Amino acid sequence: MAKDNAFFNNPTVKWIEHRLPIFSFVDHSLGSQYPTPRNLNYWWNFGSLAGFMLVVMILSGVFLAMNYTPHVDHAFNSVERVMRDVNYGWLIRYIHMNGASMFFIVVYIHIFRGLYFGSYKPPREILWWLGIVILLLMMATAFMGYVLPWGQMSFWGATVITNLFSAIPLVGDKIVTLLWGGFSVDNATLNRFFALHYLLPFVIAGVVVLHIWALHVHGSNNPLGIDTRGPQDTIPFHPYYTIKDAFGLAVFMIIFAFVVFFAPNFFGEPDNYIPANPMVTPAHIVPEWYFLPFYAILRSITFNILFIDAKLGGVLAMFGSILILFLLPWLDTSRVRSGLFRPIFQVFYWIFFVVCLLLGWVGGQAADATVMGIPLLRIGQFCTFWYFFHFVAILPLLGWFERPRPLPISISQPVLGGGRVAAGAAAKPMEKA
Amino acid sequence: MGSSATSPQAGHHGSGTRRDFLYLAAGGFGAVGAGAALWPFIHSMNPAADVLALASTEVDLKPIQAGQRITVTWRGKPVFIDNRTADQIKAARDVAATELPDPQTDQKRVKAGKDQWLVVLGVCTHLGCVPLGQKTGESKGEYGGWFCPCHGSHYDTSGRIRKGPAPKNLEVPEFTFVNDTLIRIG
Ligand code: HEM
Ligand code: FES
Repeated sequence: MAKDNAFFNNPTVKWIEHRLPIFSFVDHSLGSQYPTPRNLNYWWNFGSLAGFMLVVMILSGVFLAMNYTPHVDHAFNSVERVMRDVNYGWLIRYIHMNGASMFFIVVYIHIFRGLYFGSYKPPREILWWLGIVILLLMMATAFMGYVLPWGQMSFWGATVITNLFSAIPLVGDKIVTLLWGGFSVDNATLNRFFALHYLLPFVIAGVVVLHIWALHVHGSNNPLGIDTRGPQDTIPFHPYYTIKDAFGLAVFMIIFAFVVFFAPNFFGEPDNYIPANPMVTPAHIVPEWYFLPFYAILRSITFNILFIDAKLGGVLAMFGSILILFLLPWLDTSRVRSGLFRPIFQVFYWIFFVVCLLLGWVGGQAADATVMGIPLLRIGQFCTFWYFFHFVAILPLLGWFERPRPLPISISQPVLGGGRVAAGAAAKPMEKA
Repeated sequence: MGSSATSPQAGHHGSGTRRDFLYLAAGGFGAVGAGAALWPFIHSMNPAADVLALASTEVDLKPIQAGQRITVTWRGKPVFIDNRTADQIKAARDVAATELPDPQTDQKRVKAGKDQWLVVLGVCTHLGCVPLGQKTGESKGEYGGWFCPCHGSHYDTSGRIRKGPAPKNLEVPEFTFVNDTLIRIG
């Protein structure tokens, strides 16, 4: 027990513990007193990486804010000043700029991990919801952050995205004026976006606390998707997963540092180094890459659906593509969590994955582009259809018609002896433990 | 309720209705108060007095040749002013308004007797990009008006939407002829 070890017997620690049991709190949250499934694989590293990126974004952001001027006449130049004159300003900005991309990569992997291993299933529905709330907040934060340097893409991205709200019947235009604080994206807009861009990451931090709290109620899911049945199935988080997360972090930072130092504008758009000009729209407006799949869904609705016109339809489909994730725990009717034991689900999972990639690709191309004579619009429309079809038809039906492979009796059984388990699952637990 | 025995008021009236009422009344009053307190904060985000004060602008039409288009700024947005040729006006009037996505006659979009002057907001009604067509060499779209590159909307010589995702015609802002060669927008 932790109470017996040298650290907890240290008089200072004891004195503090008696008044504020913070050390045992940490020990129970992320330490030796937090039992964790022994078979977690490397896909389970991405939660801690996401937490790390949130810290990186807040720290680099605070230092950027010290040199940033949220005014339409000065914003662009203040960012250029950060790049040229402020000591290590280029480094801080490139960390922040590429950090946003790395953050999204990590979070998207984290989400696809959950989709594959059924981490949204009972009893983790609220944990899953909180994750989606974090995703939505991240999107809002990144969108508003991208407006701050006040380049052409900042301005026109902000114009297009805020105009989405004008599709809302009756009150749409009023809402857009309210968002802008004027009659177009202008100084008032830039100011409030800065205020909110500063605020929202701390709101995210708050939701992350809830997310982890919910996680700790039932503990982590695991690649086998079966519940832990006692001490033989778990290992303490510290030192086993602290060291594994640290290793993952080191690998991740090599990649992150490579981007920051060798390809800092890889994820960016050259047009954003042209100061915003409200009179001229760039020929090809694209959002940041992490929004491209959703942008493709938005653009793919080019027809009216009953009384819903195309514009509103696009907006509804775009927001719907994220909101549908809230219903996922009920749309997936299979009682087996892990995709490892669901042979047909696996196939559709990868089709869905490719569809998401295709959507991202289509979203980055010009609206009227074609490939081998096929208009990309049609590809985008098909993928949009499939995206929703996967959730509202395939997942509900698979639960009924698919015959899952037999589940192992426990996590430790395949390792510590016992009968045969499904191929594919057998090797996994050793790797981790 | 088991606890009603310990509550004299509730005891007398059977089910504590008076307390329930007080709860509801106080809660309702609090909710209205909270809503009222919220409004100033929401309204502070609407355009401020100085932003509203900048809301009109005058344009001299004299230098604009027939067939020429110019762009002026109004409320931070581009306004397209087009001195249309007879052909362009004819093209706009040859089509039956009822066949259009957003039915409107050309006559409704210009001032009577000043039919050559088309004044529209240079803001695509889809998602707000500035359509091309103002400068020579830029695409004017399939209907000789404007073309929005963002998602491919085509506008005709009356600024009406003909093809593409935009739902509405280019907006005609409020404007008046101060005299024959001067207009005030807004
Ligand atoms: C969830 C965390 C955050 C995300 C995803 C995020 C994302 C972004 C993005 C995408 C940009 C545009 C970068 C560029 O192209 O130049 C940006 C800019 C900026 N952010 Fe953040 N940010 C986060 C947190 C913060 C925080 C906490 C602050 C302040 C305390 C901050 C301050 C700034 C400033 C001042 C800029 C403008 C300078 C610049 O454009 O480089 N950010 N942010
Ligand atoms: S903004 Fe013009 S077509 Fe979308």
